[in-house]
Parts: sequence; structure tokens; C-alpha cells
Amino acid sequence: MPLPPQHYLNNGYGVKSWLLTRDHKRIALLYLAAVTFFFFIGGAFAVVIRLELATPAGDLVSDETYNKLFTMHGVMMVFFFLIPVIPAVLGNFLVPLMIGAKDLAFPKLNLASWYIYMLGGLFTLYALVTGGVDTGWTFYTPFSTVSSTTKVIPTALGIFITGFSSILTGLNFIVTIHRMRAPGMRWFRMPLFLWSMYATSLIFVLGTPVIAITVLLIAAERVFQFGFFDPARGGDPVLFQHLFWFYSHPAVYIMVLPSMGIVSEIVAAFCRKQVFGYEFVAFSSLAIAVLGFLVWGHHMFIAGESVYAALIFSILSFLVAIPSAVKVFNWTATMYKGSISWDTPMLYAIGFIGLFTVGGLTGLFLAAVGLDVHVTDTYFIIAHFHYIMVGGTIMGYLGGLHYWWPKISGRQYNEALAKLSAGIIFVGFNLTFFPQFVLGYLGMPRRYHAYPPEFQVLNVLSSAGASILGVGYLIPMVYLMWSLRYGKVAGSNPWGATGLEWTTTSPPPTDNFTQTPIVTQEPYVYPRVEGRVA
Amino acid sequence: MYFFLVAIAAFFSLLIAGLIVYYAVKYRRRAPDAVGTVVHGGIVLEIAWTVIPLLISMVIFVWGASVFFAMSRPPEETMNVYVVGKQWMWKFQHLDGEREINELHVPVGRAVKLIMTSEDVIHDVFVPAFRVKADVLPGRYTHIWFQPTKPGRYHLFCAEYCGTRHSGMIGEVVVMEPSDYQAWLSGGAPEGSLASAGEKLFADLACNTCHRPEAQSRGPVLQGLFGKTVTLQTGETVVADEAYIRESILNPSAKVTAGFQPIMPTFQGLVSEEQLLELIEYVKSLR
Repeated sequence: MPLPPQHYLNNGYGVKSWLLTRDHKRIALLYLAAVTFFFFIGGAFAVVIRLELATPAGDLVSDETYNKLFTMHGVMMVFFFLIPVIPAVLGNFLVPLMIGAKDLAFPKLNLASWYIYMLGGLFTLYALVTGGVDTGWTFYTPFSTVSSTTKVIPTALGIFITGFSSILTGLNFIVTIHRMRAPGMRWFRMPLFLWSMYATSLIFVLGTPVIAITVLLIAAERVFQFGFFDPARGGDPVLFQHLFWFYSHPAVYIMVLPSMGIVSEIVAAFCRKQVFGYEFVAFSSLAIAVLGFLVWGHHMFIAGESVYAALIFSILSFLVAIPSAVKVFNWTATMYKGSISWDTPMLYAIGFIGLFTVGGLTGLFLAAVGLDVHVTDTYFIIAHFHYIMVGGTIMGYLGGLHYWWPKISGRQYNEALAKLSAGIIFVGFNLTFFPQFVLGYLGMPRRYHAYPPEFQVLNVLSSAGASILGVGYLIPMVYLMWSLRYGKVAGSNPWGATGLEWTTTSPPPTDNFTQTPIVTQEPYVYPRVEGRVA
Repeated sequence: MYFFLVAIAAFFSLLIAGLIVYYAVKYRRRAPDAVGTVVHGGIVLEIAWTVIPLLISMVIFVWGASVFFAMSRPPEETMNVYVVGKQWMWKFQHLDGEREINELHVPVGRAVKLIMTSEDVIHDVFVPAFRVKADVLPGRYTHIWFQPTKPGRYHLFCAEYCGTRHSGMIGEVVVMEPSDYQAWLSGGAPEGSLASAGEKLFADLACNTCHRPEAQSRGPVLQGLFGKTVTLQTGETVVADEAYIRESILNPSAKVTAGFQPIMPTFQGLVSEEQLLELIEYVKSLR
């Protein structure tokens, strides 16, 4: 079976046809290349960090270098990979396809978002090659404004600029979902991925301006000596933490909501069954987006906020856990009496549910104020948020990438290798981060270049896991690239899934659909399925 | 409490993982074109798995909150130690004038309260064995308290990233039998108590020309001031705690006591954080 004669990938081959494209699918691929680049830079830093921590003494790199390593790891991963990855790559590719539109509402703005993202990335890379920055990705004041002598300003500007790319992407998605749905595509006929994209876009638009202002204030205090945060000039260092976490806590939901959307799609497709409690899953996305804005103070229980503020943030943090639990229960219930196939995307989705559950439940430890006091700022925190961000976001992203790869490229990857690497990632991940829960409980503080020798065994386990995890991430790079040329042709709907994106050819034509689709029923209805092609 | 939560977390993780694996095996696809059975959502089930986790989490909340309350309320009688953090060391000042760096000696069985501030950036005192941790902020005083129950040496870490030698900003809390502690105290050569050092500084800086014990002085009477509520010129009231005394030394015109003129000069830059603590302790000692 050949590829379709006309599709978005063979519609022009020149550099200009990519760099000046307004096709959301090509822009998605531009993002794919960019975020993958930043992921491997951030990942390389993590490798050096874990190598250093294999021994208690700080012997591999200097303490200054170590501090720069974890800072740049955090900055790269959070701002240039985890936040944009799913919305900008899969969201860009899928939002128009899933609602039956030809493109996003503002295609030129979409391209501009990519250029803004790249410009922000260049600033940060500049900061990196000219000496790096050592404030931690959290930029706590007054250290970042009066004490650090590293490249804080270029990094801050990079984050500031990249923020606009998020805002514009969010705006684009909101308008597109409101205005460009195909005839019959009512709100409650939308795939759940779109609900999660919509919730994420709301956070983009409402939250990102706050971090933009915050990093500008940092730059202003450094350059003009304003006293916003420096107590010696009448500022308040804790004010910074309020501003920073007001964005950066919702940012966690920017990372994980899209992944939840992907998992809903995958679970439905590989169980060939409607998602259990569709409305509850959809509304829990919105509930998370809203409640997520009200819990920032739980990052500051020990930072000098009042006892009563701490209690209120604590109870709100428990509330935000509930919609996540609802989703997990609904996904599990969806599997009941399904027709479950164990293809790679499903393995990733199952991995996501397992790891996200552990990440979410350990969040309860941290929301309980009295217990948080002991485990915060230790490796317990590190383990917890890596379970959410790596176990959650990246597992979901890889699941989505594998699920839609035949649609994106028109070809199938090597299924055996893909299953193998999914297994390697799952094992490597748990070996890396589970020991860190124990380390944190025993009292090992985070951001330590050297540590007391009694923590070594668990650190060695963690470093060993990291090397497995690293290999697990490299294998998909190889076989996905390989499949671009040599993979089996997939056909329009290799999984036998529902959803408008599977009704058009793979890869889709530049205009997505030959005629505007008309939607007549709810999503995920599987009356019968044609046998799997391929 | 930690292990109660571990149990809850383990139970739900295993429940979910167990169900997923069980379903994934039991309902695995048997024919290439098989589809799942249509199962309609149940409102009862949805409410159940919303309300049950909600109840469990509220139990955890109340428990965590009560632990936190106990932690943030030191008992009436405590042994106070002042702590000054700076890049990258811990300085401890005992009330009787003993000073230590990166090592804190305390007797077993006494409730110890640390009153902490920073000279530069944010630090954090973390003693894992005592389950206490609190940020140490420049320009503020924060407190923690603990009551050691077993003699020994315990790690003290800086738990808020503070720059290059952050991981070297560590020390030890040495918990001693009361008799050993007394021996240790007398072994040093204290230059008089902290309050007496503050008294000397008070005179050196000529604070005593205005702040005199009699009522008609140019500055407010400091005897018996600590812990009292002060009425300000603006009509507001403020409790005279460590932070208020510190502010009144460094920025005297910010909160002027009712009935006085804002004539006091600032001592910003003239007194160090440690000297501030001596002055505060002196003011506390004035009964």
C-alpha cells in the first residue's frame, strides 16, 4: 500500500516551505524538532548531575558547575520542554484535525509563536554558552537579584520571551475551539484531548503574564537596583515566591493536563470503548485548571507564611487532588469490559496512570502541612515532581507521539523495539526516582553537590536507574527516525480508532480534509471496527 | 503519620495497578475486530469515588494541620538560641554569651527555641532527626523549636538553595546530658552574657541618652517593653517583638510610638545582625 499521492509532507521540500509555512502540521514538526533538541540538552545535564551524585564527595565537577547544571536542567526542561511540548507539538497537529478544521484560527500567529519560542530559546542558550546561571530554576530572591554573579538577565529574558509564545498558542487554541468546530461537533462531542487543551490554554493565557512580570522585576532589580525583593532596600523576598508560584504551580497543570487528555484518547482507542464518565473527565480538567490557581502557597509552608494561610493552602491542595483521582478512577473503569490491545501507546498510557497515581498520592504527603515541614526541600520533593512531570507528562507525551506517529508520518515504527523501550523507560524511571522518596524521608536536602556518606547506596541506585532511563529515551529517537523512511505504510486508521483525525489520509493533506466532515454522534462510539490494516 | 500516609498511598497505588493489570489481561483483545462492551457511566460510582477520596483527604488534612499547630507553638519555657545564617555558615549565639559556628550544643530534655535571621540571602535550618525545618530570611525573624530526647550528634542542613557552597553549609546539633552540657558551657570563655554585651553596645551607641528608664525621656522607655502592645502615632498598634525592635533600630521613623517625635537616627549599616540580636536581648532583659 503506497502513501497518498498528495499530503502535507510532500507539499514543497525547500527550506522556505518549512520556515515560512502556515500549515499547523508543519509548525508542529518545527516544534517537535526544537523541543527534542532542548530535551536532550536538559537530559545531558541530568546525566552529569546523577554521575556527580554517585559518590558522596563533590568530585566530578566543582560546586559552582554543579549549581549551574541543576539550574540549566530545570530551566531547559520546564520552560523549553515540559510546558510547550504537548500543546505545541501534538496540540498544534491535532486540534484542527480533531475538530474537523483546515487549520488553526490564526495560522500566521501560530508560526510567529514558534519564532518567539526560538528567540527565547536562543537567549537562554546564549546564557548557557557564556557561563550559565546558578540560581536554580526557581530564581529565589534575594539570591538571584543581589548575590548571584551569573547570567541571570539573559535567562530571565529568555523565559520572558518564550512566555509570549505560550500565550499566543493558548489564545489560538481557545479561539479555534470556540469558532472552528465542524458542523455537529458540539462541546460534548469533542474528544477529551480537546477539553484538556482548552483547560491548558486558559492557564496559558491567565497565568503566563504573571511569570513574565515576575522575571522582568528580577531583571529590573538587578539592573536598576529597585527594591522589590531585596530587604536591604525595603523589598520583600517572599513576595517573589508568591508571584513565582502563582504561575509556576498552575504551570504544573500546563504540563500534566495535556498528558491526561492524551491518556483519555489512548485508553478509549485501545479498549475500543467509550471513556467511562466522559463529562466527569472533561469537567475535572476545568476544575483542575481553576483550583490550580488557588494552591500556590503550598510551596511556602516553611517560608514564613502565617499558620492560617498555610492551613488554607493545605486544604485547597487536598481539593485539587480530587479531580485527578476522579480521572484515574474513570480511566481504570474504562478498561472494564474493554477490548484491550497491548500496543505501545497503551503501554505508555498504563505507565502514565501508574506513575501519576504514585506522584499524586505522594502529593498528599506534601499537602499535609505538618508532614510537609519535614520532607519539603528534600529529595522527596524531587521524586514527587519527577513522578508527575516525567512519569506523567513525558509518559503521556511519548504515548501520544507513538499513537499519532502513523498519522504524522504516514508510517509505522518497529513495534517490538517500541514496546522494549517503553519497558526500559518504565523500569529506569522507577529505579531513578523511587529511591529518592526514601532519601528525602531520611533527610537528604535537594540541590546538594556533596552529601553525607550514609546516603550513598540510595544515590547509586538512582544514578543506575538514570542511565537505564537515558538509554530508554534514545531508542525511540532512533526507530522513529528510521521509520520515516523504512517504516511500513500505516494507512488512514491503523488502530481502528474513532475521531476525525483518523478519517483523513495519513499523512493528511495540507487542508486536512477533502470535504468538511459532519459530526453526528458522541466521541468514542465503536459499533464495529474494520480489521486492523497493516 | 508518615507511615499512615505510606499505607494509604500503597493501598491506592496497588488497587489501581492491580485493577489495570487484571483488566488488561482479562479483557485483552481476542479478535482483531473485537470492540469493547458498551458500559454506561454510573452517577453513583462517580459520586462514590469523588466523596470517598475527599473524606480520606480531609482526615489527612486535619491530622497534618494539628501536627503543624503543635510545631508552631513553642512551650512557655524555652531555652532560646539566636541563629544567624550567612553564605555559607551558621552562627549560633547562646544567651549566656557562648558563640558557636556550624555546631550547636544543647542539653537533652530542654525545649530549645531558635530565633533565626540571615545576613544575606534566604537560608533554611533543617534538622531531619528533629523533624524541623524553617526558612531563615534576611530582615525577619523566624522561629522553630524542638526538644531533643536522646544525646548524640545530629545533622543540620541548609535546605534552601543559597549559592555556590550551599551543600557545605552544614553543621551538627550536639545533644548532651545536662551535666556534660554544663561542663561544656564552663569550658568556653564567654565574655559575659548576650544581654550584657547588648548593654555595653547600648551605651557605646549612646542609645541611653534618649532611652532612659524615667518617663520624661526623649525616647520611649524600654523597661518592660518586650512583648507589650505599643500604640503608634497613627493610632495603629503593634506588638513589640523581635522584628519590631529590629525595625525600630534600622528604620526608626517607620513605626513611631504615640507621643514621641521621629527624631531617632537610623542605625542601618552601623550594627551587624549579631549586634542587633545583642541589643534585642538587652531590651528583653529590661524588666
